[in-house]
Amino acid sequence: MSLGNIRQGKLRLQKWYLATSDKERKKMVRELMQVVLARKPKMCSFLEWRDLKVVYKRYASLYFCCAIEGQDNELITLELIHRYVELLDKYFGSVCELDIIFNFEKAYFILDEFLMGGDVQDTSKKSVLKAIEQADLLQEEDESPRSVLEEMGLA
Amino acid sequence: MPAVSKGDGMRGLAVFISDIRNCKSKEAEIKRINKELANIRSKFKGDKALDGYSKKKYVCKLLFIFLLGHDIDFGHMEAVNLLSSNKYTEKQIGYLFISVLVNSNSELIRLINNAIKNDLASRNPTFMCLALHCIANVGSREMGEAFAADIPRILVAGDSMDSVKQSAALCLLRLYKASPDLVPMGEWTARVVHLLNDQHMGVVTAAVSLITCLCKKNPDDFKTCISLAVSRLSRIVSSASTDLQDYTYYFVPAPWLSVKLLRLLQCYPPPEDAAVKGRLVECLETVLNKAQEPPKSKKVQHSNAKNAILFETISLIIHYDSEPNLLVRACNQLGQFLQHRETNLRYLALESMCTLASSEFSHEAVKTHIETVINALKTERDVSVRQRAVDLLYAMCDRSNAPQIVAEMLSYLETADYSIREEIVLKVAILAEKYAVDYTWYVDTILNLIRIAGDYVSEEVWYRVIQIVINRDDVQGYAAKTVFEALQAPACHENLVKVGGYILGEFGNLIAGDPRSSPLIQFNLLHSKFHLCSVPTRALLLSTYIKFVNLFPEVKPTIQDVLRSDSQLRNADVELQQRAVEYLRLSTVASTDILATVLEEMPPFPERESSILAKLKKKKGPSTVTDLEDTKRERSVDVNGGPEPAPASTSAMSTPSPSADLLGLGAAPPAPAGPPPSSGGGGLLVDVFSDSASVVAPLAPGSEDNFARFVCKNNGVLFENQLLQIGLKSEFRQNLGRMFIFYGNKTSTQFLNFTPTLICSDDLQPNLNLQTKPVDPTVEGGAQVQQVVNIECVSDFTEAPVLNIQFRYGGTFQNVSVQLPITLNKFFQPTEMASQDFFQRWKQLSNPQQEVQNIFKAKHPMDTEVTKAKIIGFGSALLEEVDPNPANFVGAGIIHTKTTQIGCLLRLEPNLQAQMYRLTLRTSKEAVSQRLCELLSAQF
Repeated sequence: MSLGNIRQGKLRLQKWYLATSDKERKKMVRELMQVVLARKPKMCSFLEWRDLKVVYKRYASLYFCCAIEGQDNELITLELIHRYVELLDKYFGSVCELDIIFNFEKAYFILDEFLMGGDVQDTSKKSVLKAIEQADLLQEEDESPRSVLEEMGLA
Repeated sequence: MPAVSKGDGMRGLAVFISDIRNCKSKEAEIKRINKELANIRSKFKGDKALDGYSKKKYVCKLLFIFLLGHDIDFGHMEAVNLLSSNKYTEKQIGYLFISVLVNSNSELIRLINNAIKNDLASRNPTFMCLALHCIANVGSREMGEAFAADIPRILVAGDSMDSVKQSAALCLLRLYKASPDLVPMGEWTARVVHLLNDQHMGVVTAAVSLITCLCKKNPDDFKTCISLAVSRLSRIVSSASTDLQDYTYYFVPAPWLSVKLLRLLQCYPPPEDAAVKGRLVECLETVLNKAQEPPKSKKVQHSNAKNAILFETISLIIHYDSEPNLLVRACNQLGQFLQHRETNLRYLALESMCTLASSEFSHEAVKTHIETVINALKTERDVSVRQRAVDLLYAMCDRSNAPQIVAEMLSYLETADYSIREEIVLKVAILAEKYAVDYTWYVDTILNLIRIAGDYVSEEVWYRVIQIVINRDDVQGYAAKTVFEALQAPACHENLVKVGGYILGEFGNLIAGDPRSSPLIQFNLLHSKFHLCSVPTRALLLSTYIKFVNLFPEVKPTIQDVLRSDSQLRNADVELQQRAVEYLRLSTVASTDILATVLEEMPPFPERESSILAKLKKKKGPSTVTDLEDTKRERSVDVNGGPEPAPASTSAMSTPSPSADLLGLGAAPPAPAGPPPSSGGGGLLVDVFSDSASVVAPLAPGSEDNFARFVCKNNGVLFENQLLQIGLKSEFRQNLGRMFIFYGNKTSTQFLNFTPTLICSDDLQPNLNLQTKPVDPTVEGGAQVQQVVNIECVSDFTEAPVLNIQFRYGGTFQNVSVQLPITLNKFFQPTEMASQDFFQRWKQLSNPQQEVQNIFKAKHPMDTEVTKAKIIGFGSALLEEVDPNPANFVGAGIIHTKTTQIGCLLRLEPNLQAQMYRLTLRTSKEAVSQRLCELLSAQF
């Protein structure tokens, strides 16, 4: 199962839960983007692609896609996407694409906290966010202030 | 730059990302990235030791660059260093980098494993979770080897935090999926099942996923999960919409967990315990009832979550296939969805109904929706939904509605999307054949197919129509008349010319009495198409002409003139030229008697599985089609024509090659296409002896092919005839195996004195131990009995054991023998190795006796993915990026026997151009190389 954000052919985030070679991954991403971007609104959110089923949903400028196996439940996967978007939204406070671009590592951490190995780890919004916020707290404690120059990589 | 910057803002990173976003062109972006890469490289190489923060920042930048699609070939070491930082944020970035950019560099893996080991032992739940995530993200075999034994302990330890348990469960699941052999079952398994009772819903959710996967391999070990899952499900289903607090999703209690529990139950047959079963049925009914209640929210999330549970419930009902009442209710519910305004629901309803159509309890109920489905075919705007409608029509088709469904599919074909035309053509062709009562309808349908979608009519389809016309004399005159009429059209498809040419060549005489279709008119009609056709069609037409010479002596001079013309005799194509020369000569020198013998009407084709069906199966993947077919076959008695039962199990028959099977003329030797059915070729599978009990039947024809199909898989139907079906399920581990044999009585009468016997030849006996218990000698009509065979491989072996079954059916004695597919490769354990190891071992096995090589022609289309799947199914590991030539496949594994273990290396080199393979096997034992090579060669 993979999850990616696609916009105008730009991939914002991808996560693979099956061993796949780099070359193959690039090929699959390219192919999948073409297929999904060609879909018109109001079409159904599921489509068969290779031997997988793709579940996708568009949120503003971003497409969220999951590739699942034939016997997996499509509707619950659609809601999986929605729950992830809710988590992002809650964390960033009305999330937009820029948040995901500039804080891509956070987007990954939230995804990891929510899904593991392609399976949902916890569906409670509270538990997931609590875990992330705890981590943030840990970071702030051990962050010492730095000079602006250093931050810019000029020091 | 966005205002949000939570936690630590790495400003350097943000600046860099902004820079990239501001780049006006791809070139500018690459330039900026190269500059950054140079900067990071110099920082990493610099003398000044970097502090953790800088390291983290640069690693993060590298990650960003990688995610933009650029290759990253350094920084791994710095990322690994971050793992051992005691600052959470640095550790976290280190792990992220590792999981996104794993490198199989063994030195690095060792360091990473070390860091993970420390974190797992740290007792700091946050660190432990990070480490578990990393293992799950990488999921490589090395990691499995290092940690597979520790994780179950963490999972069931009493003092593990809930979050750690959740991560451990899913991490273990991931490792098990990647390399099941590494995860040892043990006393922890029972405790995992009890996690279903855990108070923390998150733990239960993670545990269900793990159990669902583990129980597939060891159903008995996890059997207690059924009752636990049922009671958990029942509690959720009956809870009020707010009871579960944060696990309620848009007023639906715990939808994810519910779906997973329902999925888990689908791994088992219906519960045996009546109380548990009653409780479960109650749950399923509650879900169906809730679907009728008004929604608690207008949000789509509410209905999606609710319906996700509903569809999973329906899947479980279909899986049980035993509660007629529930099946019909499920069908009615799906019927409502067929007209729902949500496209998603219509799509899923069509898909789900497809499986319902194959249940005998709900087939009729599904059929009542035919008009809605046909309407969907006409009005749906989304091709994927229309595709589902086609599938459903195909699944619900039976003799009563075949004419309507075939007509609708034909009319849809005129406007269908190009992507699905070929599949529709195949489906129409199959349905038309299967449910033809009147074969004139069949002929009309196929000719219509060619007219509407000639380009999508594959060879198999027109071969098949010819096979059927030849085998049924009641339709031959009609077929001749119809093709003659169809050929009148000024522009007709080349496939029609082929069918027309063949049929008129055989049966043109049946319409020659009518002056409107006299021999000369027939010939002129065909010849008017000749010059527009491709070489193979022209070759076929030349054969038709020589057949005409025999059928209609009056047109002989005209035909001889044509054959004699320069455009034939001196044709640049060697096949056409040869046919022209030989036919011309034949028509001149042979007497009419000889001509009549050589050019006699084709004998009937042996009955065989429709080659079209084989093609559709190949297209759709075997499982999806077979199930439908199997159940349908039982419902509709054979309609393939011919008095004999069609041997359902000879499915491995290859498609007929056009020159040998159909024409039997020209360059190919003029052998008739197989013996006629009356001589018994593929006809009777069961030898019916009058009363000679102790005789062991010769191997049933077709069982060879079936045997070969089991070399790379473990489950399926081994044998089937009108009376009996034998199914297999088996599993092997190291040198041991267990095989479940299912005997199904397909009739409504008892089998008496039912005695299956396993026979090992004297050569086989010392090498293979088989143990089993006798089965009940009476098998009721429609019942299935099961026999378990325990298998032990003592030493390597070549032959296969034979399963002989004797029983009495309605007064006659039946005797069937089939080879049991227990082959040496079943005791394979895959071995992963790197390129250099492989070639080093390859060289070590360079003794001439150790190597066996076979060069052979591809019998199946040469598809890389299929080949890979077969090699893996064969049991060896498929080693990627080992062979310098990426087109080649190499594999490695160990054959486990009781006495010894034999390392095996294999290499398969396809030659696409020549459609050939070269297979090389190297093992330490000649007989093993020989046998493995034999078995594997037969698979391609």
